[in-house]
Amino acid sequence: MLLNLYKQDKAAAFLMGSIGFIALFVPLCNLILPAESALHFSAYSVSLIGKYLTFALLGLSLDLVWGYCGILALGHGAFFALGGYAMGMYLMRQIGNRGVYSNPLLPDFMVFLNWQELPWYWYGFDQFWFAALMVLLVPGLLAFVFGWLAFRSRVTGVYLSIITQALTYALLLAFFRNEMGFGGNNGLTDFKEILGFNIQSEAVRAFLLMASGMALVVAFLVSRWVMNSKLGRVVTAIRDQEMRVRFLGYRVELFKLWIFVFAAMLAGIAGALYVPQVGIINPSEFSPLNSLEIVIWVAIGGRGTLYGAIVGAVLVNYAKTLLTGWAPEIWLFFLGATFILATVFLPDGLFGFWQRRLKGQKS
Amino acid sequence: MKPDFFRRCFCPIAMLILLLPGFTLGQDILAQDVFSEALTKLNATSMQERSAAINQLAAVKEPRAIVVLQALLDGHLLNLKDEGKLVIGKENSSGYKLSDAKTGQDLGVADHEAIQKITVNNSLRISLRKIIGRLELSAGDAKVRLGAVHAIAKAIDDEGITLLRDRLVIEQDSTVQDEIKLVLGLEALNSNDKTARLGAIDLLKNHADQDVVNRLNALIEKDADGHYLEADADVRNQAKVALSKINSRLQWYAAIETLFFGLSLGAVLVLAAIGLAITFGVMGVINMAHGELMMLGAYTTYVMQQLMPDYLGWSLILSIPAAFVISASVGIAIERGIIRFLYGRPLETLLATFGVSLFLQQTVRSIFSPLNRSVASPEWMSGTWQINDFLSLTWNRLYILVFCLLVFALLLQILKRTRLGLEVRAVAQNRNMAKAMGIPTARVDALTFGLGSGIAGVAGVALSQITNVGPNLGQAYIVDSFMVVVFGGVGNLWGTLLAGFSLGIANKLLEPVAGAVLAKILVLVFIILFIQKRPRGLFPQKGRAVEG
Repeated sequence: MLLNLYKQDKAAAFLMGSIGFIALFVPLCNLILPAESALHFSAYSVSLIGKYLTFALLGLSLDLVWGYCGILALGHGAFFALGGYAMGMYLMRQIGNRGVYSNPLLPDFMVFLNWQELPWYWYGFDQFWFAALMVLLVPGLLAFVFGWLAFRSRVTGVYLSIITQALTYALLLAFFRNEMGFGGNNGLTDFKEILGFNIQSEAVRAFLLMASGMALVVAFLVSRWVMNSKLGRVVTAIRDQEMRVRFLGYRVELFKLWIFVFAAMLAGIAGALYVPQVGIINPSEFSPLNSLEIVIWVAIGGRGTLYGAIVGAVLVNYAKTLLTGWAPEIWLFFLGATFILATVFLPDGLFGFWQRRLKGQKS
Repeated sequence: MKPDFFRRCFCPIAMLILLLPGFTLGQDILAQDVFSEALTKLNATSMQERSAAINQLAAVKEPRAIVVLQALLDGHLLNLKDEGKLVIGKENSSGYKLSDAKTGQDLGVADHEAIQKITVNNSLRISLRKIIGRLELSAGDAKVRLGAVHAIAKAIDDEGITLLRDRLVIEQDSTVQDEIKLVLGLEALNSNDKTARLGAIDLLKNHADQDVVNRLNALIEKDADGHYLEADADVRNQAKVALSKINSRLQWYAAIETLFFGLSLGAVLVLAAIGLAITFGVMGVINMAHGELMMLGAYTTYVMQQLMPDYLGWSLILSIPAAFVISASVGIAIERGIIRFLYGRPLETLLATFGVSLFLQQTVRSIFSPLNRSVASPEWMSGTWQINDFLSLTWNRLYILVFCLLVFALLLQILKRTRLGLEVRAVAQNRNMAKAMGIPTARVDALTFGLGSGIAGVAGVALSQITNVGPNLGQAYIVDSFMVVVFGGVGNLWGTLLAGFSLGIANKLLEPVAGAVLAKILVLVFIILFIQKRPRGLFPQKGRAVEG
C-alpha cells in the first residue's frame, strides 16, 4: 500500500514513512539504548513527541472539515477534549482504591464533594472497550446533533464559525462546574495505570507513542482514501460551489454532516491518546483559544493537503515548546504574528508556497 | 391633653417665627450676645448651670450653636486653661488640634496639659441628643432634617413624637414628610386605641420599608400558646391586607431590580457589540480583535487616571474621547495594514484579526504587567441610589445604561445624517454599485473600521468602571458580543440593541433559577438553536446583496 502511495504522491509517502520511522525508532531508542547514548530519547521527549503526534492527528481531522469542506470550525477542540475526557474517565476508574480517600468506587473529587454514589454517566467506564467506544461515540454524537441542526438550516460561513466557537465556550463553562461531575476546575488527573500497566512506566509511554504514530498513519491513509473517492470529490465541490452542488441534486447537508462527524471522531481519538501521555485533562482544553490554535496549524501547513496539517501541527507545537521554555512572553507575539503572516502571505500554507515555487521553476 | 394641644399649636408657630428669614441686624447682635453668654456658662462647674446653658444655646438662633452642642456630646468641647476660652479640639498624634468654639477660627495645636474636657453626665447627654435632634429638625438642609428624623426614630419617646408631629405640620420637603409619617405610623401601632392602630396600618401600607414589614408580620403572628399577639381581629385582618399589598409591591420592586440588572448587563453587551455590528454589518468582516480594542479603551482610562490622579471625574470624561481616538487609530491601522488585503475572504480575516488580538494582548501584558489594574470610580459613579429599603440601583450601572443609549443614539445619527453615514450605508447595501457611483469604498472601509473600533474603545472606558482592567478583558466579552450581533441580525443596529438588552434580561432572569454559569450556558445554547431557525438573526437584511 505504501508503494502504491509512493507512486501516486511522493510527499505523502515520505511523510508517512518518516512518521512510521519516528513511531518505531524513538520508543526503541528510549527502551534499548542506555541513557548516556547520544541517540537515547528521554522519557520527556518520548511523551513530547507522542503529544505532537496526537496534535498532528487533531490537525488532520480539522483539515478534513476546513480544508476539504470549507467549514471553518472554531470549536474543533471540543471534540478533542471530549475524547480526552472519555479516556480520562476510564483512567480515573482504574485508580480504584489507590486514591487519596481510598474509595474503591468514587474518584477522589467526588468523595471531596461529598457525593454518595457514582453518577449514571460514569457507569461502564471501568471497562476499556466501553471507554474506547465512548471516545468515538460522544464526539461523534455531539457533532451529529450539532451538524444536523446547523447544516440542515444552511448556517454557513462566519455564522457557523461563531456558533461552533459558542459551542466550545458553552462546554468550557459547563465543565468548569463541579456539579457536572467531571472534576470541575481541576479536571481528571493523578492516573495510575492503563490496561493494568503502570502509566508512568517508560514502556507504556513508548507504546503510547507508537499507538499515536499508528493512529496518525492509519487516519491519514483512510482520510486520503476517502478524499480521493467520489464522496471526497463531492465534499471538495461543496467547498468550492455549494449552491451548484445542491442544484446538481446532491444532499449537501448529508455530505457535510458525514465529514463533520468523521472528523469529530478522529479528534476524539486524538484526545484519547493525548490524555494518558500528558496525564491530565481539564476544562481549559475546551477554551476557544485552543480551537483557534488548531486552525493555525492547518493554515500554516496548508489547507486541503492532509500532510500540510500534520507538518503545521508539529512545527507550530515545536515552536511553542521552544518559545515557552525560552521566553514565554514571546510566544503570543509569535502566535499572533503567525496568524497574520500565514493568512496574508501564505494563503495556501507552507506546502502551497512550496508547490507554487516548484511550478514557477518549471514554467 | 391640654398642654399637649397647646404645644402642638404654639410650637410650630414659634418655630415658624424662628425660621422666618430676614432677621434684623439688632436681633442678630442680640443672638450673638446670648450665644457668647451661654458659651461662658458652659464652662461653669456645676451640672445644673451647664444644663441651663445648653438650653439657652438651644434657644438661640445661631448656626454655631449646633456645632458646639455636637462637640459637647462627642466630648470634643474643651476648656483652654490659660485663657479660660472654650475650644473644639480633636486629638491627633501631636496633641489637640484646636478651633475656637465661638467663631470656628483655627487655633493651632495644644498638648493635653493645656486643656480640660467639658464633661456631661448621662441625663445631660440624653437631653443634648434631643436638643440636637430638634435643632437639626429645623435645619435648612433637607438631608440634615432627614438624618434628624432617623436619629429621633432610633430612640423614640413622647417628646420625640411631639417634635415630629409639630414638624410634620410645617415640613415642606416630601421625603422628610414621608419619613416622619412612617415613624409616627410605626409608633401609632403601639397605641391602645384600636382606631389609631387601624389608621396607622392604613397609612403604613403605602410604605415599602423593612420595619413596616416586620411590624405588620408581628401583628399577625401567634405566640407559643397559639394566641394571636394582636388581640383584635379587625386589626389583624387589616394588617394582612396591608401586608399582601406591600408584598405585591415588593414583587414589583424585585421585578424592577431584575429588569435593571438585565438592562445594565444588556447595556454592556450592546456597547461591546455595537462597534462589531458596524464592521461586521458593513464590511462583512469578523474582527476578532474587537475585544482587545475595548481593552485598549479600558487601559486608556487607567493611564488618564495616572496622569491626573487628582481629578477622577474629569479624567474619566476625558478618557472617552481619548479612548475613541486611540482605539480608532489602532483600528484604522489594522484595516490599512492587514484587512485590506483580505477582502472577500471573511474566514481569513477572522484568523488574521485573531492574530492581531493576541499581539495586542501580549503588548499590553508586556507594558502594564499581566496583573489587573484597578481603575477608580469618581464619587458620582460609586455607591447606590437607595430608592427605598427594597429597591436600590447602583449608580455606575445606571450611568452605563444611560451612556450606552447615548452612544447608540449618536451612532444612529452619524449613520443617518452625515455624509459618512450615507456612504457607509451605500457600501453596506451594494459595494459594487456604490463604487460605480463614485463612492471611495476603500476610504469608507477604513473610516467604518475606525468608527467601529473607536466605539469599542469607548465601551472599554465604560467597562473599566465595572470590571477589572487586565489583558484578558477583551477575551471575556468577545464570544458574548458576537452572539449579540448574530442574534440581532447583521447590519441592523436596532437589532443589536434589542438583542443585547433581551439577552441581558434573559441572563438575569435565569440566574436566580439556574445559577450564573448555567444561565450563561443556557443563553448560549438558546442562541445556537435560534441560529438554526433563523440563520440571519432577528432582523435579517433582505435583498439580493445578502446572498452574495
